[in-house]
Order: sequence, then structure tokens, then C-alpha cells
Amino acid sequence: MKKSVILGMATIAGLAAGAAAAGTVDDVKARGKLNCGVTTGLVGFAAPDANGEWKGFDVSLCRAVAAAVLGDASAVEFVPTTGKTRFTALASGEIDMLARNTTWTFSRDVDLKFEFTGVNYYDGQGFMVPKALGVTSAKELDGATVCIQTGTTTELNLADFFRSNNISYEPVPIETNAEAQQQYLAGACDVYTTDASGLAATRATFEDPSAHVLLPEIISKEPLGPLVRHGDHEWGDVVRWTLNALVSAEELGVTSANIDEMSAGTDNPEVNRLLGTEGTLGEMLGLNADWAAKAIKAGGNYGEIFATNIGEETPIGLARGLNAQWTDGGLLYSPPFR
Amino acid sequence: MTTLTDPPKEHFRLSMLLYDTRYRSATIQVIALIGFMLLAAWIISNTIQNLEALGKPVEFGFFGEPASYDINQRLLEYTSRDSHLRAAFIGLLNTLVVAVLGCITATIVGVFVGVLRLSNNWLIARIMTVYVEMFRNVPVLLWIVLAMAILIEGLPAPNAFRGDNPTATMDLFNSVAVTNRGVYIPEFLFSRSLGDIHLFGASSIRFNVSLDLIAVLVVLAGSIFFMRKVSARASAKQEATGDRPTIWHIQLGILFVPMIILLSLLGFHLGYPELKGFNFKGGTHMRNSLIALWLALSLYTAAFIAEIVRAGILAVSHGQTEAASALGLRPGRTMRLVILPQALRVIIPPMISNYLNLTKNSSLAIAVGYMDITGTLGGITMNQTGRELECVLLLMLVYLCISLSISAVMNWYNNSVKLVER
Repeated sequence: MKKSVILGMATIAGLAAGAAAAGTVDDVKARGKLNCGVTTGLVGFAAPDANGEWKGFDVSLCRAVAAAVLGDASAVEFVPTTGKTRFTALASGEIDMLARNTTWTFSRDVDLKFEFTGVNYYDGQGFMVPKALGVTSAKELDGATVCIQTGTTTELNLADFFRSNNISYEPVPIETNAEAQQQYLAGACDVYTTDASGLAATRATFEDPSAHVLLPEIISKEPLGPLVRHGDHEWGDVVRWTLNALVSAEELGVTSANIDEMSAGTDNPEVNRLLGTEGTLGEMLGLNADWAAKAIKAGGNYGEIFATNIGEETPIGLARGLNAQWTDGGLLYSPPFR
Repeated sequence: MTTLTDPPKEHFRLSMLLYDTRYRSATIQVIALIGFMLLAAWIISNTIQNLEALGKPVEFGFFGEPASYDINQRLLEYTSRDSHLRAAFIGLLNTLVVAVLGCITATIVGVFVGVLRLSNNWLIARIMTVYVEMFRNVPVLLWIVLAMAILIEGLPAPNAFRGDNPTATMDLFNSVAVTNRGVYIPEFLFSRSLGDIHLFGASSIRFNVSLDLIAVLVVLAGSIFFMRKVSARASAKQEATGDRPTIWHIQLGILFVPMIILLSLLGFHLGYPELKGFNFKGGTHMRNSLIALWLALSLYTAAFIAEIVRAGILAVSHGQTEAASALGLRPGRTMRLVILPQALRVIIPPMISNYLNLTKNSSLAIAVGYMDITGTLGGITMNQTGRELECVLLLMLVYLCISLSISAVMNWYNNSVKLVER
């Protein structure tokens, strides 16, 4: 009796230790599903569409990773997280990766023990105000009531910005983007501040988007990217290189339209290595040879994902700006596939 | 012939722990206790080990770091450069504010509703039943969110007060502004202020005590003391001569004259809210997050208190009411002087748990963006520092302390009013 209790405990302890040590890649493969943390709803980045299917820029990255690992872009369980719950969800293993417009900062990377696997959107914090207010600069916002999403870097930037400009404000902390929108539209706050891309996405859902303006000041650097738990480097590599594959594909001219043709083999050795017809890059990652091809097929290359979700043709209408390829004067620069 | 033999002297043997019924239960309890403690120790050591493996050992040093975020409702001075501990302290005060306000309001509303539910007036009794059932059977979070939504959508924005033809105007002789950002009421100001006392130097729990407030309280306490003296003397005279002297004008004089003298010495005046820039400036700003949370919590808890009060009243034997009527007491007085004091003994113990519930429910504050201790220590601080375990443990400790204090006070009160039995 006693022995069996001790043995039972040892088993539980062993299981607990085992779960912590095993690779996330194997976990995801065994589960047959990728658990991906996204926002609770930010149109363009991650939001369910009319059919209840998740769509968006961050969602596409989750799908690309699922396609690379499992070969199936739909094998994703989307876990909505708020600014406050996202890190706990990732640290506890509830989600395998987080793609939720999360800013890469020193303390999150080093102290919170996460690993940012790249940047999928170079952003900065901006301000949105109703046009009727007649404000043209963020420095005129002395005494304004500002809606902020709590648990984000924007909260800290905001405090620093107003402090360094020696003007006062009244913060209204809010849990989700939808609540912020409600308060802002009802006039309970004068200003809504978050990442400029988020503001554009939110404004696009307003009844009359033209009645609201984004102020010219961008008060911070917000490199947004996917992140995983610190310490599992194999999994980190998978997510990092899936993102790089999407970026490289755009640079190399691989699109969802011509990928089947290119997968048959091309004259460009780098395209061949990327698509797995040459070399053993997939094997090195512990994935199939056509992992990158599957990832690109899921939603297209970086440029296609950008254009369909948040590009200038969409209601959100974001220009590529900093997020253009380095060859076009942007910051996107994938390391070579070699 | 009788032989007296000593009862056989029993020697304790180890096997008796198991086979002797006198010891067996103790043995089982000790084994269970050891097992429980082992389990607890295993859980704790496992947690610490896992955190260490994650590279996040348990430590509380982050509390000294600057918090870097702002808090809108702060009873004490606080800037984003203050420490996380200071931010937690500000949050704790906000929790206490809403808990105290909520408990007082819930008690008043609850007692009224409980009494009115027993009213002979059919309509009033039914309305109160509807109120109790509605509030008791819907989760409090929904009431909080609903209250906030009504405040935000139903009230005018400060913008509506602007211009030559404003769509909204201030109430009560231009002294109160009701907006969807909260209610601005006049504040008390002293032009010849006595200043503040600074307590606890530069530590995280430093606070200033206004000497003006102390002066007002001292004068008030003095006035009440003398009013009691006068009243006692009048009673003594009544007992001696059967004739009670008129003292109400003396009482009023004692209450108001010293206070008016003190206030004019201090240069007391009201600061009215005024629309300046984006918001109303001046006056005291009661944010709608506080109002929504306060209203929802107190109305919700009041529904439970009403039922407790009703049960307490019904627990007093009907003979008491009849006896009071026979003595010629009117129903109002019967309730106030005969029934309620006796019902109190039944009411107080369940009341304690309702006060505790209200205080704990106040942790739902973040739903409306009210910065209580769950919002500061358990919200932003936890999120920015990533110290989940430390923050949550501390948060639990704080709520435990608050709850135990409330219990202690209420138990003391319960002991002082309960029937002394021989």
C-alpha cells in the first residue's frame, strides 16, 4: 500500500518532469494540433470572420507554422488572450506560441524567459482622436483622458511620454480592444492609444472612420513578433525559420500562385533549398523536406499575407512602410537559407 | 471474603497503536497529518524547483523597482516613478475605499429592503421581492458591467457641456457635473491651511495627514462630548424634578458655533468643478469606474442582506409584536425599538460573511478599469515584471488579512450585542 503510494507519486513527479523536458515540436506532432495564442479580436491581425473562422495577419503566421510542422494549415487551436493573460498562458504551456502583436523588449526576452523568434511587424505607438476635437499633435493633449489597454508596453510608453513632456493625463485602463472602442466612441475618453497598426485596424471597423484622425507622433518603437518559451531551442528555430521562410519567399519571388511550379525545381539554388528540392534544411529542423513550401502555401508569402489582411487594398489600409523588404528600403531582412 | 487486587498494570506496547481502540484513532490522524505535510512539502519544493529550472527563482526584489505606470484614482500622491510596492499600496487603498463604501451602502439598502419585504403593503412587498430575486440570481460581474455601460452610454461626455448652447448643464446651482467620465462634486478647500504631517518619511507607505482634518475632527469630538454632558445634566434634572429643561438650542449652539469659528479661521471655501481643456478641473472627481463598482456591489450584496434581515425579523417571536402593540407602540417604533434589536443577534453572524463576500467581489474591479489591488499588484505589476507566483501569493495574503480583520471586528461587535445568558 505504502509502496504503491510512493510509486504513484514518483510517477506523477516523473510525468511532470517529462512534460517540461520534452520538445514542443514532438508535443505538437503528437497532439496533431498547434495551440496558438492570439488577441481576443483585432480585425486584420486576429479576429473570427462571419463564419467563425479566425483570420488575420497574426493568424496567418500560426497557420504557416501549423502547415510547416503538421502539413495542415487548419490544424490550429486559436486561444484568445488578453494583454494580461498572454504571458501566463505561454509560460504555463497552455499555448505553444504567441502571435499577438507582442512587442519585443529586453525584459520580456531576458527576464520573463521568453524567446522572440523575429519581427513580423515593425510598429510604433500612436494616438487616435476624434477629428472634432481639433487636436493636431499629441503634445496638445494636456489633461486629456486616455484609454489604454492594460498590461501592454503602451501603458509604460504613455507614462514616459507624458512625463517627459511635462503634461498631465488621466489614464483609463481597459482589458480588451472591444471595450476600449466602446469607451472611446461614447466619449468616455478623448484619446485611444495603442500600436499605430492596431489603431488603424480599430478605426476601420468604425461606422465613420473619417471622423477620427491618427496624430503624427509615433512615441515608441514596437517591433511586434511571435514568441515561444525560453529554453526549447528546436521549437524556437521552427517558428523563427517559418517566419523567415515567408519573408524570403517574398524576396525570392515565390508566391502561392507559382509555388507548385517552383517546387518542381528551379535554376535558383536558394529557392530549391527553401522549397526542399535541394539540401536537407527540413531534416535539420526535424520536419519534412517540403515544410517551407507548405507554410508558404498556407497563406502566401509575407507580402501576400500583408496585402490580404492589412494592406492598402483592405479597409485597414496600412502601407508597407518599415515592413517592406530591405531591397525596397524596408527593414525586412531574412538570413539566408543555406 | 473479598479480595482486592490492583488492576493489572498495563505496559504500553507498540502494537497497541494499531490494535487498541484507545490509540488507533490518534495513530490514524498522525499518519494522515504526516501524509498531508509530505504532500504539501512536495508541491512546494516541486514549484520552487520548476521555477528555478525556468530561471525564475522566487524573489521579491522587483518591488523596489519603479512601477513606470500611472494610476488614475490615487488617494495618496503617486507618480509613475514610484516603486511597485507603492503602486500596490495605492491599489490596496482603492480596494478598501470601495469595500467600505460598499459595505455601508449595502447595509443601509439591505435593512430597508428586508423590512419593506415584510410590509403589509402588497405593492411595496412585491417590488422588494422582485429586486431581491433579480439581484441575487444574476452574477455580480454582469451587474458591474451593466452599471458601467449605463454610466458610459447614458450620461453626457464633458464635450456636451461646452459651447454657447450646451446639450448638458451642471446640476445643483452649477456645482455638480455628471458626465460619462464620472461625477465631479465640489471639494473642501482651506485658504489658511495648517499644512500636513508627513508620516513614514520616504517609504512606500508614506502618507500625509492633513492638520485641517485633524482640527475639524477634534472640534467635532469636543462638541459631541459637551452635548452629551448637557444631555446628561438635563436627564439628571428630569429624574430629580420630573421636569426636563429645553436643551435643543444649547445643543445646536455647541455643535455649530465652534465649528463655524474654526472653519472661518481656516478660510474654508468650496472648490467648484469647471470645464477646462478636455475635462472638468477642480472639485472631487468620482470616476465612473468607482461609481459602477460601488453601486453594483452594494445593490448585489444588499439583496442578500435583505434576506438575512427578513429572516432575523421572522425569527423574533410574534408575541413580541403583539406585546408592543398592547403597550400602545406604533408599528414603526415597534420595529425600531423592539423587533430589530432582538433580530440583530440573528442577523450579525451571516452579515459577516456577506461583508467578506463584498470585499472579495471587489476584485472584479478590473472589469471596469478600477485600479484596486488586483489591478495594480495582481494586474499591471504582475504583467510587467512576470513574477506571477510572488504577486499572486502576496495578493492572497492581502485579501486574507483584510477578511480576517473584518471578521475580527464583526465578531467583537457580535459578542457585544449578543444575549448574555446565565
